[in-house]
Amino acid sequence: MSQFAINLLFVGASFALYIGIAIWARAGSTKDFYVAGGGVHPITNGMATAADWMSAASFISMAGLLASGGYANSTFLMGWTGGYVILAMLLAPYLRKFGKFTVPDFIGDRFYSNTARLVAVVCLIVASVTYVIGQMTGAGVAFSRFLEVSNTWGIWLAALIVFLYAVFGGMKGITYTQVAQYVVLIIAYTIPAVFIAFQLTGNPIPMFGMFSTHTESGIPLLEKLDDVVNALGFRDYTADVDNKLNMVLFTLSLMVGTAGLPHVIIRFFTVPKVADARWSAGWALVFIALLYLTAPAVGSMARLNLATTVYPEMAGQVENYEEAAQNPILYEERPDWVRTWEETGLINFTDLNNDGRIQMYNDSADFSDRGWEGNELTVNNDILVLANPEIANLPSWVIGLIAAGGIAAALSTAAGLLLAISSAISHDLIKTMINPKITEKGEMLAARISMGGAILLATYLGLNPPGFAAQTVALAFGIAGASLFPALMMGIFSTRMNNSGAVAGMLAGLLSTLLYIFTFLGWFFVPDTNMLANTPDNWIFGISPLSFGAVGAMINFAVAFAVCSVTKAPPQEIQDLVESVRFPKGAGIAVDH
Amino acid sequence: MADDKSNAAKYWKANVRLIAGCLVVWAFVSYGCAILFRPLLAGIPVGGTDLGFWFAQQGSILTFIGIIFFYAWKMNKLDKKFGLEE
Repeated sequence: MSQFAINLLFVGASFALYIGIAIWARAGSTKDFYVAGGGVHPITNGMATAADWMSAASFISMAGLLASGGYANSTFLMGWTGGYVILAMLLAPYLRKFGKFTVPDFIGDRFYSNTARLVAVVCLIVASVTYVIGQMTGAGVAFSRFLEVSNTWGIWLAALIVFLYAVFGGMKGITYTQVAQYVVLIIAYTIPAVFIAFQLTGNPIPMFGMFSTHTESGIPLLEKLDDVVNALGFRDYTADVDNKLNMVLFTLSLMVGTAGLPHVIIRFFTVPKVADARWSAGWALVFIALLYLTAPAVGSMARLNLATTVYPEMAGQVENYEEAAQNPILYEERPDWVRTWEETGLINFTDLNNDGRIQMYNDSADFSDRGWEGNELTVNNDILVLANPEIANLPSWVIGLIAAGGIAAALSTAAGLLLAISSAISHDLIKTMINPKITEKGEMLAARISMGGAILLATYLGLNPPGFAAQTVALAFGIAGASLFPALMMGIFSTRMNNSGAVAGMLAGLLSTLLYIFTFLGWFFVPDTNMLANTPDNWIFGISPLSFGAVGAMINFAVAFAVCSVTKAPPQEIQDLVESVRFPKGAGIAVDH
Repeated sequence: MADDKSNAAKYWKANVRLIAGCLVVWAFVSYGCAILFRPLLAGIPVGGTDLGFWFAQQGSILTFIGIIFFYAWKMNKLDKKFGLEE
């Protein structure tokens, strides 16, 4: 069977499964549509949350980020997992007790203000739309590489599949497809990792293999990797970071952003009890950690594999790296996977010094004494995971599995985001603010139409990515962390926080973060409109625009408390409401009103 | 009613104390061991690198899981102790 047929089989089988679930899990009521009926088992919800959370970026890009950045990019690992600790302790159980359908629902009711509700809806939509574009383009890349269709067709196909189960099943359909998608993506991710760890270290468990001895050279794998990248002019893989303040703030921004992202929070509205919300966060992190603990092993091993493919003499015990670097492979003798990926344009070769060999090294290092005239091979970070099975010569069914896994990761996150967007429109805007008299049936229809509309918008933006599409980390995490997270937390932990304080805080956090981002990345990300060059010298206190979300959150808290202290305390019934969300007793399943 | 209120207030105080303790551990492993104190831990080798690197890429995540399950378990006990469970 050809590779194409195998890919088609794996992807086709996974689609059949998702559509089967869609038919089985149709939504009968708004409660089904928004919170899957409120009866999802905490372990099931944990698994669905993991799929909801792990996007095309986690599946495809994470290992590549670690491979290129080494220790410095550990921020993503800690940030995207540590957020669950604060979510589990500071938000999830109380929001579950509150028992409504959406995040703006809580903010609007708790701060007895439709202005607060509207600010929350706008933040939610900007963050989620930015996020969903990456999922659509990610699915497009996976489709076009593995199923040999054009990028455009790939994106339309992804939209159609999501449409089938999200419009008919709502949260109910999404929850059970996410469980299936988690299983597909985690198997697809770990199998190649196990093979590669075994090949390189003899230890089949990637998390242990990474810290054990590299078989071919007889020294620890990470030490070997440091030696190899050093010989090619890069910093050590494990090298420490100089700007610790920025590293701390970036990690913190990712953590509070994670905890404040509405599509993650609403998953915890689907469990039956408050105690389940706490357990469920733990299970979600267990399922997420299976991938996140494997990713560093995949990243480091793929980097070593790539380097020793180009410089075969560096693979074993090396006396002199200077000499080993003299004999990279001839371009004519490059392995097949390099040829395949060259066709996609994600690997590029230019023979700068016309010696017919591939010189791959740090372009800013000067190796003219070796007769090198510049780095000749550029490899896109994103292909490391997708090309892993080919680099390690794994059987062709593993490649089919990776195709299905990458698509599962993109679709599951897209569906969660689309639900967050559509419920904010149909529930918060239409039902609560515009037409409170709408019937249950009418709201269901509104929810389905908003979902369809959100899918069309995401498809359009996936096909024509705007400038902000690449800014998921800055925009989505910045806004969720600086605006939504503090408002939610103060709504629970301060009985005194009032409407004026919350609105002022949210706006201050949001605007200060956007201002800082736009200063360095351009107004609305339009190129060349930035007021300062985006270089570490210009950053205030060395804080990068991506790390500003944590500072924005602090500004939010400070402004909120300042404004609150000079304005009227919230009415008694609101203070009673806050006190009642603090303990589990008396919680029912999520209700409408 | 007043008893209910002071009971709930005590429960909340216990919860906040527990959260504070958990957050200290959370910050210690991630911002501490993995980032700020890494140079201090450089002398402790772990498979080809140092303890700080291991915390940054493995240890902190494992600790996070432990913290959430510990918190959930403790809170279940607190819920029962104060008679505030569902």
